Amino acid sequence: MRFGVVRFPGSCDETDALLACKRYGDAELLWHGDSDLWGVDAVVVPGGFSYGDYLRVGAIARFSPVMDAVAEHARAGGIVFGICNGFQVLCEAGLLPGALLPNAGLRFVCRQVDVEVVNADTPFTRACEPGDILSIPVKHTTGRYYAPEEDLRDLDAHGQILLRYREGHNPNGSVADIAGVSNRERNVMGLMPHPEHAVDPLTGSADGGRLFESMATALAPA
Amino acid sequence: MRARVLIRPKQGILDPQGQAVERALPALGFEGASEVRVGRMVELEVEDASRLDEMCERLLANPLIEDYEVTVE
Repeated sequence: MRFGVVRFPGSCDETDALLACKRYGDAELLWHGDSDLWGVDAVVVPGGFSYGDYLRVGAIARFSPVMDAVAEHARAGGIVFGICNGFQVLCEAGLLPGALLPNAGLRFVCRQVDVEVVNADTPFTRACEPGDILSIPVKHTTGRYYAPEEDLRDLDAHGQILLRYREGHNPNGSVADIAGVSNRERNVMGLMPHPEHAVDPLTGSADGGRLFESMATALAPA
Repeated sequence: MRARVLIRPKQGILDPQGQAVERALPALGFEGASEVRVGRMVELEVEDASRLDEMCERLLANPLIEDYEVTVE
């Protein structure tokens, strides 16, 4: 299977994301100005500061030509995985519910956090078990997940909360300790922590690799 | 014509920026300020003011988390 990693002006984690993908499948970069995904099976929208994060994080990137193709891919049931700024872009694009707000503590946070797998029945988490704890770094200023109360009940009821910060590990004030959510169909996921920075024991944890492994196995020929 | 769009975090949404400003004011001797909310303003020249609401809904604000007010001069 083949991953495509989007590169926007201002992206900074696309290279790590590409390397993480290459551990589990083929992978290539997709250019923000192209409206073609060149036949990739799964799209990763990486972290960074797309279009300078001007106006609001993710607000401008969602109008780039590649995002039309990404939305089309998602509508057709294709896998789309947004990490950090990618999560923000997917929320702004309406492909995921909710929004990301400035951290409750107003500080940039950069540290390793534990997240708990809530739903393992998705293409992003199938290599895990519910209750598994993954150690993955966060690094962001605008990572406080927010959704209105009624939407939260909906997310919970439909198994769309895939990962939560472990008790005491919520770095940004996210509502209900939410670290990662999916759309109703569970083919689009957004996650604030950076699994692409945790794929090799050399950097302290390889737990993030399990999310890439999940996508690769979900798309592997039976 | 000249238009101004004032964008604020919705009521009920924690605004840590506003809180930080609120805490900083007494430190400078400005007592008695509360409920500080920090937003932003977009000024623009438009030919067709009837499209301002749509602009706000689709780009200038995120209606899930922000309220906006449009003023046309």
